[in-house]
Amino acid sequence: MSEADLIVVGGGPAGVEAAIEAARHGLAVTLMDEAPEAGGQVYRATPRAFSGELVRKADPIGVGLRDRLRESRAITLFDHIVWSVSPGFRVDALSPEGPVSRKAPAVIAASGAQERVVPFPGWTRPEVVGLAAATIMLKSQGILPGQLTLLAGQGPLLLAVAIGILKAGGRVAAIIDLASRSEWLADWPALASRPDLALRGFLWQAKLRNAGVPILYRHAIRLVEEVAEGQVQVTVGPVAANGAALDDIDRIFQVDAVAVGNGLTASTDITRLLRATHHFEALRGGWVPTLDAEYRSSVPGLYVAGDGAGLAGAAAAACDGRLAGLVAARDLGALSQQAYETAAAPLRRSAARARRFGTAMARLMALRPAQVEAIPPETVLCRCEDVTRADITAAAAEGARTLNQLKAWTRCGMGPCQGRICGDVIGAALAAEGCSREQAGYFTGRTPFRPLPLDQLAGTVAYADLKLPPPAPL
Amino acid sequence: MEQEVDVAVIGAGAMGATAALWLARGGMRTALIDRGEICREASGVNAGTLTLHMTRAALIPYAMKGRELWLDAQRWLGRDVGARSAPGFSLAFTEAEEEMLFKRADARSAMGAPIRIVTPEEVRAIEPGINPAVRAAAFCALDGHVTAYLTGRAYRAALTEAGVSLLEGHGVEGIEVSDAGYVIRPAGAPALRARRLVLAGGVWLETMLAWLGFHVRIKCLVNQLVVTERMRPVMRSVVGIANGLLSLKQFENGTVLIGGGWQGKGDPVRGGVEPIPDNLIGNIQLARHAIPALGETRVVRIWLGLESETADAMPMIGPLPGLAEAYVIGCVHSGYTSAPYMGHLLAERILGREPELPLFDPARLMKPAPAKLEETA
Repeated sequence: MSEADLIVVGGGPAGVEAAIEAARHGLAVTLMDEAPEAGGQVYRATPRAFSGELVRKADPIGVGLRDRLRESRAITLFDHIVWSVSPGFRVDALSPEGPVSRKAPAVIAASGAQERVVPFPGWTRPEVVGLAAATIMLKSQGILPGQLTLLAGQGPLLLAVAIGILKAGGRVAAIIDLASRSEWLADWPALASRPDLALRGFLWQAKLRNAGVPILYRHAIRLVEEVAEGQVQVTVGPVAANGAALDDIDRIFQVDAVAVGNGLTASTDITRLLRATHHFEALRGGWVPTLDAEYRSSVPGLYVAGDGAGLAGAAAAACDGRLAGLVAARDLGALSQQAYETAAAPLRRSAARARRFGTAMARLMALRPAQVEAIPPETVLCRCEDVTRADITAAAAEGARTLNQLKAWTRCGMGPCQGRICGDVIGAALAAEGCSREQAGYFTGRTPFRPLPLDQLAGTVAYADLKLPPPAPL
Repeated sequence: MEQEVDVAVIGAGAMGATAALWLARGGMRTALIDRGEICREASGVNAGTLTLHMTRAALIPYAMKGRELWLDAQRWLGRDVGARSAPGFSLAFTEAEEEMLFKRADARSAMGAPIRIVTPEEVRAIEPGINPAVRAAAFCALDGHVTAYLTGRAYRAALTEAGVSLLEGHGVEGIEVSDAGYVIRPAGAPALRARRLVLAGGVWLETMLAWLGFHVRIKCLVNQLVVTERMRPVMRSVVGIANGLLSLKQFENGTVLIGGGWQGKGDPVRGGVEPIPDNLIGNIQLARHAIPALGETRVVRIWLGLESETADAMPMIGPLPGLAEAYVIGCVHSGYTSAPYMGHLLAERILGREPELPLFDPARLMKPAPAKLEETA
């Protein structure tokens, strides 16, 4: 088993650019990702067996990214579910052939972000999917969430998914956006930093207008209920700027699918597991690892790039990834300080520009103070374990003050998602009971990062060949 | 403003919390201090096994009493902590394990555990999910489990109700011995004067005892625990292996907890920080061998809990030598099972009553107390 200089975990834009850059400067790089190909969520590739329309329409940035990665000397391990990173470092993954591990003195964590949904009564119904899930269905499989879909939540993904649905031949009942039109406009100076992306946003809006898709700004879903097999009725109402529900006329839509998303949160499984220092930053996706100016976490040898370091979007992730790859190459002695400076200077400028755009988008995705307070008490917050907002309130009244304590008391975050989906909202719900997010903290990072099929992990082994420690004392 | 109490208990695990509860109920003004939250270390993260198959033989009578208390928690603690009675097996798959099984079952039976050897046919009749390759098993009707993570919530309510003053999130920075007792300095809170002192710090006892000048080496075990996602019912008993390296149970919600004392990395300062991937794999291989249906499910979480052990692997429960009204409690093997009983025993002693079963004199582990403490005592 060849040992690497650097292991990059995550094959999205940050991870791929980091791997390419570090390999270009002579590091032995191994990149691991659970997907079959590079691209991450944003540039997700269609399955290899697919052909035709979907493949031809693949995002050129994603295609370019994959081509450049193939040309680089970085070793890639796809279909590898990374489930543990031990200090020093050892990265464990579950491959189609069983468990594997790789060692390297440095790791770049590029694990991206995950979707946040602010719950409402009915959000756990099968007709309701996340905006990110809808994106995967559309981009990777060419599947519509439904014939007639209502989109709700906040952030740029609302528009992107609406356009995707229209392109794929589906219908959009309405877009329910928490932000006001002026909030979108307020970000124009930042958007202007990436005219290409801003223009795309403009064209999208025009297209939706032409298609007659209503956009209800400053609105949110109140309730989703079943009216017939596969048909739901969605009650939508106006909200205040802080996210609180306003007592005003509600509107009702009948659809067969609802796609919801309230932005993203940074995926910090690796840095939390390794006990790196984190801090809370609402505008960058919640709890994020504290980094120095060169992507170093508080754990020596552990770098973080991309949305997992704080939301900044795909363009910034690509620049930051390249820079992190350069830093690692310099830190590991493959690149002189001077060569590093020469290569890094122009990248830093484009990274800053891209980050301005991404940060404006992240602002639209941030949780608003009264959003979580507006969730009715009987609503499930942790869907793996059916823990309601009222359960959280009761535990807080009995004295629960931290997220980990709350978890032990209510089972919130103990299910298959391990709080990756609900952790941020539950943190906000606990904070709403009278403590700060800093006091509430975050769920302790543990392995495995994904639920692992026990049989696959255990492999085939004869009882006589088991390596057992010495027996316990009598 | 300094608070004055009759007794201060440092360490809010199940033993410290039980002692504090009974001391308060016995009429003492009681303070319970912890650097974290109630029962959030070993007492909240252990496997919750009520087994006698893994209990040290000498501690069997204590464990049997502790088991009864957990099952009866509603009565004395005011809340059910998910304690359930179930039968328990210890299995042997090889000749060597069989030999170990017989020897261990005999030793534990001699101490009063109702353990008997059963044939593979009997095993399968009671627990059809067990691997038919089993050669022999030890059976005990008195087994079961507690949902350890619920412990803290139950104790917090009971302690509050009993009027214990709780200082959670305040690590103690030092203790001074005075004529009138002890002055305790918790971080971020006013000093506390206590006539009596109980140290109940689990793996942190080494540090706590050092505050008073005692040097006792305490080993810190870093036990690995694994939980699966919910699955169909595959077992109703608690299942272990003769060598003690497995403990398996399925909870009512369908999750299966896999333990057995496989080690991870950690220490009292950092806690349990790093599971060892090979130990995870070994542990689940053993689990799947015992209950083959476990192969169907998925592992969702691995964590580590710290267990303390003295040089002779026997508990420390009783007065500290050379000091007035200072006590220690901890280092009980299978400590969670016995905790409510051990805590109650010590409270009885402090309240001036004769404990039902003997305590475990900490002085056996100590060199003569330092001179300066003898003077103040």
